[in-house]
Amino acid sequence: MQEASAQPAHVHAPPEGFLRKNVFSLDHKVIGKQYYALGLLAVCMGMGLSWLMRFHLVWPTTRIPGLELLSKVGAPGGIITPEYYLSLLTMHGTLMVFFVLTNAPFAAFGNYFLPIQIGAEDMAFPRFNMMSFWTTFVAFLVLVLAFVIPDGPPISGWTSYAPLSAVGQDAGPGMGWGMNLWGISIAIFCIGSLLGALNFIATTLDLRAKGMTLMRMPICTWAWFITSCIALLAFAVLLPACILLILDRTAGTSFFIPSGLVVSDRLQPHSGGSPLLWQHLFWFFGHPEVYIAILPSMGIVSHILINSMRKPLLSARVIIYSMMSIGFLSWMVWGHHMFVSGMNPFSSLLFSFPTLTITIPATIMTMIWLGSLYGANIRITSASLFALGFISMFVSGGVSGFFLAQPSIDIVLHATYFVVGHFHMVMGVASIFGVFAGTYFWYGKMTGRMMNEKLGQLHFWLTFIGTYCIFMPFHYLGLVGNIRRYSAFVNDFTGPLMPLHKFITIAALCTGAAQFIFIFNLIYSHFKGKPASENPWEGTTLEWSIPSPPPWNNFGDKHPIVYHDPYQYGVKGSKGDYIMQDSPEPSAG
Amino acid sequence: MSSTTYPSVRAAAAPRVRSAHAEASRSGIWVGICTITMSFMAFISALYVRQGASADWVHIVLPRILYFNTLALLVSSATLEMSRRALPATPEIDGSAVRRGLGWLTVTLALGLFFVAGQYEAWRQLAAQGLYLATNANSSFYYVLTAMHGLHLLAGIGALLFVISRLVVAGNRFRRSTFEATAIYWHFMGVLWLYLLLVLRTKL
Repeated sequence: MQEASAQPAHVHAPPEGFLRKNVFSLDHKVIGKQYYALGLLAVCMGMGLSWLMRFHLVWPTTRIPGLELLSKVGAPGGIITPEYYLSLLTMHGTLMVFFVLTNAPFAAFGNYFLPIQIGAEDMAFPRFNMMSFWTTFVAFLVLVLAFVIPDGPPISGWTSYAPLSAVGQDAGPGMGWGMNLWGISIAIFCIGSLLGALNFIATTLDLRAKGMTLMRMPICTWAWFITSCIALLAFAVLLPACILLILDRTAGTSFFIPSGLVVSDRLQPHSGGSPLLWQHLFWFFGHPEVYIAILPSMGIVSHILINSMRKPLLSARVIIYSMMSIGFLSWMVWGHHMFVSGMNPFSSLLFSFPTLTITIPATIMTMIWLGSLYGANIRITSASLFALGFISMFVSGGVSGFFLAQPSIDIVLHATYFVVGHFHMVMGVASIFGVFAGTYFWYGKMTGRMMNEKLGQLHFWLTFIGTYCIFMPFHYLGLVGNIRRYSAFVNDFTGPLMPLHKFITIAALCTGAAQFIFIFNLIYSHFKGKPASENPWEGTTLEWSIPSPPPWNNFGDKHPIVYHDPYQYGVKGSKGDYIMQDSPEPSAG
Repeated sequence: MSSTTYPSVRAAAAPRVRSAHAEASRSGIWVGICTITMSFMAFISALYVRQGASADWVHIVLPRILYFNTLALLVSSATLEMSRRALPATPEIDGSAVRRGLGWLTVTLALGLFFVAGQYEAWRQLAAQGLYLATNANSSFYYVLTAMHGLHLLAGIGALLFVISRLVVAGNRFRRSTFEATAIYWHFMGVLWLYLLLVLRTKL
């Protein structure tokens, strides 16, 4: 397994015909772009939903024109009902966590660049790869179907806590077929992700080019590899959980529904189930899932920072080991989501300890980034700005994690806006910043044209300032005691907070609008962008040794041979201050 | 392991020709086994949590036929190994080896189908006792675990059929790595079933 060997002929034949080339393609690059497009579609929907929610929170009686077309029952006269607010919230969370944060940094960029960065012609199992995308796409369609059925989307939140998620229609609007669709969609999504993770692991282990030892892989390849190991085990637990949930809902079993449960004045015909069991299974997946979202961005950001600083990190090895320890520790912390669930308080202590331990590798990584930046003459580009922004978001969002990790503080802060602010910054926005950085960095390689730098930097500053304006005040709201998931506030202790809520809503509308700059840039540059050279950023890794965009078999008929560690920057090479990985010239070190 | 136990067999085999793709299919199947194991761990953890969650757990008596099924599955692993021995790991395989390999593979397939039919019969026997999916928590888990194992085993039967069809059509040019991966998967299905049987049978 360690001995990477030259590949046989070709993994698959050159694609012919429109369908094979663009739709049911076996090419990892096309599949990566398809994942990216799906993520982009999902993020637009998710962002639209957050606009609706933020608008309703501060102007609950103002009509939103045309909204009644989305749901006659949920938004009669264009005004969102409290139940429909929860439906929007559920769909926002589900779309963002599964179809954006899992798809974009991991499946999209990983698919496109992992095989190229290790010098392979394609993934190990191209057919599985195609299947995993289309499975994910079906999951997306099933989820979105919930918008158009009469029942509407579920109101359970993206975590779908039992027993209300398991009892059916009695639990409220959307909890009949809407909830069924949610369960089926996530189960299908799990299958797609498992196939994808399997492919990533086998590819990384066995298809590396000659000379590409494990420690010579770029940091982002390592991040995708570690992420796929986590995904392989995490989605393997969510799938059974969804199956049991669907059975409780449709086959009359009692896995999650306790005895004597009365919902909507009706005694539920189930007995003996354990609602906590759902939480255990869900969060056993759910916590590793946040690392599935953030690790690829950590890798992408490290990769880009090194390139922009023109010098290696203080230690790439320690970054890789830190990512591994985060991956390992992620399995021992799921209970910190359940401090107020009625779980034994002693367990809370046990879960609190490893949670705080995770801050150690996370801090080590941050210190390495900051220490390497110290004194570096960084090239300011849209990509490097977003990479720096990532570190900022990761630190700001991560610090509030210290508070939430301690049961005594979490009891006060649980289910408040503090938690919402925490996870939006540390896993949501930070991960998305990684995706933005990756997009500006690799767009030239993927399409053959560069993105517009001026628009990119404008997009960065608006997004960076905007997201701080949105999510920093969330922490304050939470400390004051503002509960989350309420669709409107009466004039009690939350009354004085309304101006702040208004500020957040306006910031959200503006920051969302700024994203149109990005989308415009994506489309405009595709046609009018400056043609990209083979190596526009003077990078060292293998993706920069092939044309932009790469041919269908990546390296043509060549088999790349790797001579160096991935980041030979700040050295005297024949082309400048760097030596490519596949260049046989001697390195300084 | 086997090289120390049966040196003569190994020595007789031709040196192995391994491509990166063959390696990938091997790692792929092991990675797949990891994820399947994890899924069943989740089901079984759920079983124990559910059992402890309330006093309504009623132990069901497993149908006798399960033991015959188990025997069939174990023997099928042995016959699959016989087929693997019959087909040497060289690119060119002569006709008689293909015939012997095919024979043992067919026996393996028949035993696999016997197992599936037997599992179905066990469901019928339970249903005849009035034990359905939703009757009690233990019967729920019995049906879920056997159904999930059955689905995975059907995938194994599909793989066996694929290998057989390739042997029949392509004869001496079939892909050894697919066969190896199928064999590993099939043995794993047997081990997994033994474990599930132990879990279902044990009264904690």
